[in-house]
Amino acid sequence: MTNNEVPQGGFAEAGADLELVGISKRFPGFTAIEELDLTIPAGSFFALLGPSGCGKTTTLRLIAGLEEPTTGRILIGGRDVTSTRAYQRPVNTVFQSYALFPHMTIIENVAFGLKRRGIKNADPLAHEALQLVELDHVANRKPAQLSGGQQQRVALARAVVNRPALLLLDEPLGALDLKLRRQMQIELKDIQSEVGLTFLHVTHDQEEAMTMADTVAVMNKGRIEQMGNPQELYELPHTAFVATFLGQSNLFTGEVTSSGSSSISVDVSGTTIDVRSDRAQRHRGRVTVGVRPEKVTLHDSAPKQSSDRNVVGPGRVTDVSFSGVSTQYEVTLPTHGVVTVFSQNTSITAMHHDGDEVWLSWDVGHTFGLADESYTAAGSRFQDDTDTSMIATQSREKLEAELGAD
Amino acid sequence: MAFTAFSAQTSAAEPAAKRRSPIALFLLLPGILYLILFFVTPLISLVITSFQEPDPVRFGSFVNAFRWENYVIVLETYGEQSLRSAGFAALATLFALLIGFPLGYFIGITLRPYPLLQGLALVLVIAPFFISFLLRTLAWKQIFSDEGPIAGVLGALAILPPGQAITGTAFSVIFGLTYNFVPFMTLPIYATLASLDLRLLEAGNDLYGSPAVTFRTVTLPLSAAGVMSGTLLTFIPAAGDYINASREFLGSTDTTMIGNVIETNFLVLQNFPAAAALSLVLMAAILILVSLYVRRSGTEELL
Repeated sequence: MTNNEVPQGGFAEAGADLELVGISKRFPGFTAIEELDLTIPAGSFFALLGPSGCGKTTTLRLIAGLEEPTTGRILIGGRDVTSTRAYQRPVNTVFQSYALFPHMTIIENVAFGLKRRGIKNADPLAHEALQLVELDHVANRKPAQLSGGQQQRVALARAVVNRPALLLLDEPLGALDLKLRRQMQIELKDIQSEVGLTFLHVTHDQEEAMTMADTVAVMNKGRIEQMGNPQELYELPHTAFVATFLGQSNLFTGEVTSSGSSSISVDVSGTTIDVRSDRAQRHRGRVTVGVRPEKVTLHDSAPKQSSDRNVVGPGRVTDVSFSGVSTQYEVTLPTHGVVTVFSQNTSITAMHHDGDEVWLSWDVGHTFGLADESYTAAGSRFQDDTDTSMIATQSREKLEAELGAD
Repeated sequence: MAFTAFSAQTSAAEPAAKRRSPIALFLLLPGILYLILFFVTPLISLVITSFQEPDPVRFGSFVNAFRWENYVIVLETYGEQSLRSAGFAALATLFALLIGFPLGYFIGITLRPYPLLQGLALVLVIAPFFISFLLRTLAWKQIFSDEGPIAGVLGALAILPPGQAITGTAFSVIFGLTYNFVPFMTLPIYATLASLDLRLLEAGNDLYGSPAVTFRTVTLPLSAAGVMSGTLLTFIPAAGDYINASREFLGSTDTTMIGNVIETNFLVLQNFPAAAALSLVLMAAILILVSLYVRRSGTEELL
């Protein structure tokens, strides 16, 4: 094994584009990733968000070169690296388990990558990287003598010190407590903008993904369900999975009754809910529509019908949880199940109580229509209960059954 | 001291053990009694024997004395055999390491995703122990004999000069030692490699370390404890071995090791003080060598 193949000397001037073309990865018995196409522009902070087992960590390992794709190509800065080995790629990873070398001191750990690439002033650079994560004072200790949070920062320093074209972060903040995590999120973001590297961050924490990343891709069952900037994803989710995984959503399923050029009307158990055409993924048949809890307003009496507001009700408040800044209400509607409402605590008089009869309304412009197939559309008796559209319908059916029992 | 290196796994010192408890002492009692009866008593008896001198009245028996010259005599008489023992044992340890490390690596790391094959391979490593050590060594004598297949083939190829036997040479003795002690080398190395976190190797690869570099900088240092235990478990018994080097097995009078000399003095010549002095010299030499080795290899990493 010659050492010449290792990228020698010098650092990446800036981050590099990452391009995945038609990547799929099959393990014996299951497919982790299916036909994935993804482009991450240079210098961006990209988050891959999904539940465990969705294929996000496999994607990361493919990019790092720790796994080989079954099909497809991986390009970094325009160069095809699919057939190169992990140690030949200008990529570094912050591992979920930190993977610090237990027999080396902290400074030896951080300087490891630099020394392998034959960089001369490895030790001063390693100390600089440790200063960046404020751990230079423990440089001569062994990893086992540090706390989990400190180890995590060392793992970060060990990767960042190499100035890779692409930095991969595998749930890097998972083991930290909330305060330290916030601090590290800010530090990471600072480091990223300071050194201008391309960051690919894999996480199952939607809040972390949204606060840190420029672009978030929501991944489910080996596919990217939706990709965009965090605000776009939050305000206009395309699938029930995104709507429920990224924040909370109130979802309603019904038949489209009229479809105009500007908006479509959906009949949900006798109530009409309007959605703007450009915010609906599908315009006919059985569709699922939704609204975010904080967009919904509570009323003591039936509000006036108007064309720009959707009104649902009456229902009863079944749960109130006060959290200081806002109050979360659970409103049970006989026809629509439970709807969650977040209400800002801007006036004390507007508080609603358990058992109050209320009406709900929200701006038509805040409603979104999802792409999910309706559950009655398919012919078979038993549906795959992990299908994304089922998440919405099942939860509703469950609640309806509960209400029936009352 | 050196004996702590035998445990391949590093274990944290338990602070609770420091507390003196009568129950702990009580539980230790059987072990202490056993050691006093079967280790300390024979050792003292051996030390006393080593200083005995011939009985001036009854020929062939010995009386207690302080004849320290016994040590000088045995060292002068058997210096060659002592050096040969150290040399043979060192070579056998080296060869056992060259065979045992790849084997331990294969079982502990390559076969890790296949637990069934891993178990099977481990059984194969231990399988020779199901047959007596003596029988296996005798079988090798048969295979290496002048009429055996190996001597026949080597003779026909003119690699082995006419009239030259394979048995009774340094080669066959070192071969026998290596063969017999490979499992003692393999098992501790396997134990450390089986618990090696493979994510560390991935991290090494990710940080621009080629497989060879990652092996040298990560795998090897992290398996040092196993290599250490394996070399000690091989070297110590190999240095005192008297089966492989004996004339009845793979050796000859040219390959006599210190173990054979002790055996002959005890059982044939019945020169008990010489045999006892030699045994103690062997024990002291091994203790000194091993403690130097443990110290050189950096004990604080292992204990």
